[in-house]
Amino acid sequence: MRELTYAEALREALREEMLKDPAVFLIGEDIGLYGGINKVTFGLLEEFGPERVIDTPISETAIAGVGIGAALMGLRPVAEIMYVDFLPLCSEQILNHMAKAYFMSGGQLRLPLTIRTQYSLGRAYGPQHSQFIPSWFMNIPGILLALPSTPYDAKGLLKSAIRAEDPTVFIECRDLYFKIKGPVPEEEYTIPFGKADIKRVGTDVTVIAISRIVHEALAAANELEKKKISVEVVDPRTLNPLDKKTIIDSVKKTGHAVVASDDTKTGGVCAEILSVINEKGFSHLDAPIKRVAAPDMPVPSSRELEKLYVPNKDDIIKAITDIL
Amino acid sequence: MPINDRVTEVEGIEPTEFQKFGLSKKKLLQMLETLVRIRRFEDKVEELHIVRGLLIGAAHLYLGEEAIATGVVSDLEPEDVILSSHRGHGHAIAKGIPTDLIMAELFGKATGVCKGLGGSMHVGIYMKKGGLYASAIVGSQIPIAVGAGLALKYKKQDNIVVCFFGDGAVNTGAFHEALNMASVLKAPVVFVCENNQYAISMKASRSVGARSIAERAAFAYDMPTFVADGNNVLAVYKATLKAVENAREKKEPAFIECRTYRMKGHSVHDMLKYRSPEEAEAWKKRDPIIMFRSKLLSAGIATKNEIMAIEKEIDGEIERAVDFAMKSPTLPFEELEKYVYAGGGKT
Repeated sequence: MRELTYAEALREALREEMLKDPAVFLIGEDIGLYGGINKVTFGLLEEFGPERVIDTPISETAIAGVGIGAALMGLRPVAEIMYVDFLPLCSEQILNHMAKAYFMSGGQLRLPLTIRTQYSLGRAYGPQHSQFIPSWFMNIPGILLALPSTPYDAKGLLKSAIRAEDPTVFIECRDLYFKIKGPVPEEEYTIPFGKADIKRVGTDVTVIAISRIVHEALAAANELEKKKISVEVVDPRTLNPLDKKTIIDSVKKTGHAVVASDDTKTGGVCAEILSVINEKGFSHLDAPIKRVAAPDMPVPSSRELEKLYVPNKDDIIKAITDIL
Repeated sequence: MPINDRVTEVEGIEPTEFQKFGLSKKKLLQMLETLVRIRRFEDKVEELHIVRGLLIGAAHLYLGEEAIATGVVSDLEPEDVILSSHRGHGHAIAKGIPTDLIMAELFGKATGVCKGLGGSMHVGIYMKKGGLYASAIVGSQIPIAVGAGLALKYKKQDNIVVCFFGDGAVNTGAFHEALNMASVLKAPVVFVCENNQYAISMKASRSVGARSIAERAAFAYDMPTFVADGNNVLAVYKATLKAVENAREKKEPAFIECRTYRMKGHSVHDMLKYRSPEEAEAWKKRDPIIMFRSKLLSAGIATKNEIMAIEKEIDGEIERAVDFAMKSPTLPFEELEKYVYAGGGKT
């Protein structure tokens, strides 16, 4: 099968959906003339024109608001917020309007809006351009939340997000855009939300990992294989809805669980997944669950310090050997 | 007299010009009916809160501001959409949303416009009548209106968007980002600022760092701007005609500042200790409904009996709305989950 980078797979998803449905348009900062700061939207302005690829001023609240308004009128906007760190600038629109329009209108209003963004951890971009805060959005009922880790998932999930009747926050990862290449079929496919993917089958311990750290977990699994430890890697792919069943089934099989994510530990994604296992799979556990997450501090800018900050393969190996 | 080339002060319409502005007897009486419907509805809501204790929660009354929603909506096509604010009962009524459904929403009933899930601050959401959205967060509907306008333009429809908000909203970031975005992307939106002079207790004269709200819009965001006496329904109507024309024909934004006065407190339980009774008294003499009624009478458009018949009919309608709301059921709690995700959380 042909291989695409994560960025190419995302671009293909946008392009195909724009070709398929005239209601789909893109809006955001530097997505047109510049081609997107990570080149995800590269070439789309030339192909679809300025009516469907709209460059905006630096106005995150208005970008989100315009997306919401256009979606309420029946369009399927894909808004790009350049960095996760900029999401708080429009989080009022996300929290109070995007997530609640369907509910508070008694089901009258549909909001098929996708907000794409990316986190940039591991690139020495400092405390305000490296954050990862998925738990903020996991804590808001009414929005879908997707975090693909591979080119295949990126394309399939983005297409589903654009077609969904509900609004989606779609968090990509800068570190994966060009580094990760993987098989993507040429024929049409989508990936349903709420369906975890077992990225590697194993029998001794389950590692539940999202986005970038899935690749750290896979590297850890490879290394532990040499020591005859069989690791199963479960990638939920979407945090809302969360595929609890696949997680619990895996934990039932292995009896051990490590939860890994790039966000800070306290109140983060790992805490929620850990609670799910505790509520539904406690009796199947042979050891306490371990978390691998970023330390509770801002991301340091220094290349050397950031390396120590970012959770990695070795942290996962240590967590696994601690509980086995 | 234009203040400058961008801001136009719009006067009212004299009876000799009624015909020129398309104001038939029928249209004028419809306006009166809407004014009275809003007034009687809001009087009833206040009574239900304060006297009878049957309603709780927020209720930001539109008393004194009736001429704005009435005048603006009188210029719109049924398919034009509006976005409303926390002070939105008047917008909803003017757009033709049935008062029984609005009242049921205030009572939190399943028969309400939003099935009782939105409440007083969202009664303007009723797409069957072009009520697109209502925000309880001051200013946040403004960027959403820009998106709605761009969508209409994208779909090559001739309809437009009207966005209502108060003087308090013009100091939010959302207002500035949205007006700038509307200006650069050319969204067919008419922004209607209902300057009732108070954001709870904060007076607009102390909070707007510009010579006026109208000048802020005109100069900072370069859009045709009109100023109207918000207590004169015909001045509002005339200003809106010009603004709507700009939005519909040129597919560009326009701005209207309607200067008015909030007759009551911010919400029903406001003690109003931040403003003088004399100020309120002076504005009471400029009651938009009394002024319009006198105009219709003196111009010989309607008789006292005709006007009284309208008022009586509306009183009955409001009583029936209360009755309907009180007898309606509440949505079962078990059903709420259905209203969180349109796709049931799946795609």
